[in-house]
Amino acid sequence: MTEIIVVTSGKGGVGKTTTSANLGTGLAMQGKKVAMIDADIGLRNLDVIVGLENRIVYDLIDVVEGHCRLKQALIKDKRCDTLFLMPAAQTKDKDAVTPEQMLKLCNALREEEFDYVIIDCPAGIEQGFRNAIAGADRAVVVTTPEVSAVRDADRIIGMLNANGLGSPKLILNRIRPQLVKKGDMMSVEDVSEILAVDILGIVPDDENIVVCANKGEPAVINSNSPAGQAYRNIVKRIIGYEVPFMDLEKKEGFMGKIKKLFGA
Amino acid sequence: MLFNFLDFIRKNSGESKQVAKDRLKMVIMNDRVNMQLIEDIKYDIIGVIKNYMEIDEDNFQISIRQSSNNAAGTKMPVLFADFPIKKIYKN
Repeated sequence: MTEIIVVTSGKGGVGKTTTSANLGTGLAMQGKKVAMIDADIGLRNLDVIVGLENRIVYDLIDVVEGHCRLKQALIKDKRCDTLFLMPAAQTKDKDAVTPEQMLKLCNALREEEFDYVIIDCPAGIEQGFRNAIAGADRAVVVTTPEVSAVRDADRIIGMLNANGLGSPKLILNRIRPQLVKKGDMMSVEDVSEILAVDILGIVPDDENIVVCANKGEPAVINSNSPAGQAYRNIVKRIIGYEVPFMDLEKKEGFMGKIKKLFGA
Repeated sequence: MLFNFLDFIRKNSGESKQVAKDRLKMVIMNDRVNMQLIEDIKYDIIGVIKNYMEIDEDNFQISIRQSSNNAAGTKMPVLFADFPIKKIYKN
């Protein structure tokens, strides 16, 4: 049975696309058949994050408008045989698709017997958001421990509930353990207390993510990346395993040690 | 000079998380509460108070504000109701 998961956040720049890429790739690494759908029409980025930007022929709009068959717009990943990407159109805008068309697309993907479909939702609460959630079975909300991002996450959770996608799960991204320890960054507990949702995972702030984005390789395939490890844990939780949350305290950077030395 | 610098670092670290939490609670509370909800609460409160006293319904005001620190030292959003009392009924 296909499970369609929409990755959303409200606020832009908190890591939706990076999360979508890592969840999609991670699930495929577990042997699942996965389709990643870039629903950010007009501002596609998922293709670049997974390094498939040079292989695009057809896109999501071509499929919903009937210019090509579904399979023609599904690009096979370089690394995983069971991972596919459907890119967004770059020349159209969000009004070029309707929620009804997205629902139809999702149903067509169910018939292709994918295990998981990951939909990368655009930022905002307008048409693009409504399109992205139309065919989803459940939602993952990505936020960072900042006032603006958590506030937007709360709005999005309210809108998901109102649209039949109750109890979304939260991924808290870019946690900086030293700042949390110092009392200068909200912890997982603080954020979950405010938003009152279940936590699917916590992802530490990791320089590897920048390097991965430069190369077009999701961090989840990098065994040395703490964020990659966090995504691998999240993937296992999605599949149904019980995995404890990462101990972020252990990893203290060089600068953290220096600051400690000065008692700051 | 160096000591001043260290003081600066110390003073600017360690407490901002609580400020963030307090601000978030307030802002989310306001985001969640729409005007209709405020009107509904107002209507219900008037209904209860009417049993005990006569109030100036036109100047009845209700709002959500940030409270000062409570016993635990944290700030909480608080529902304020201001209603001018015209007359208190005797039993």
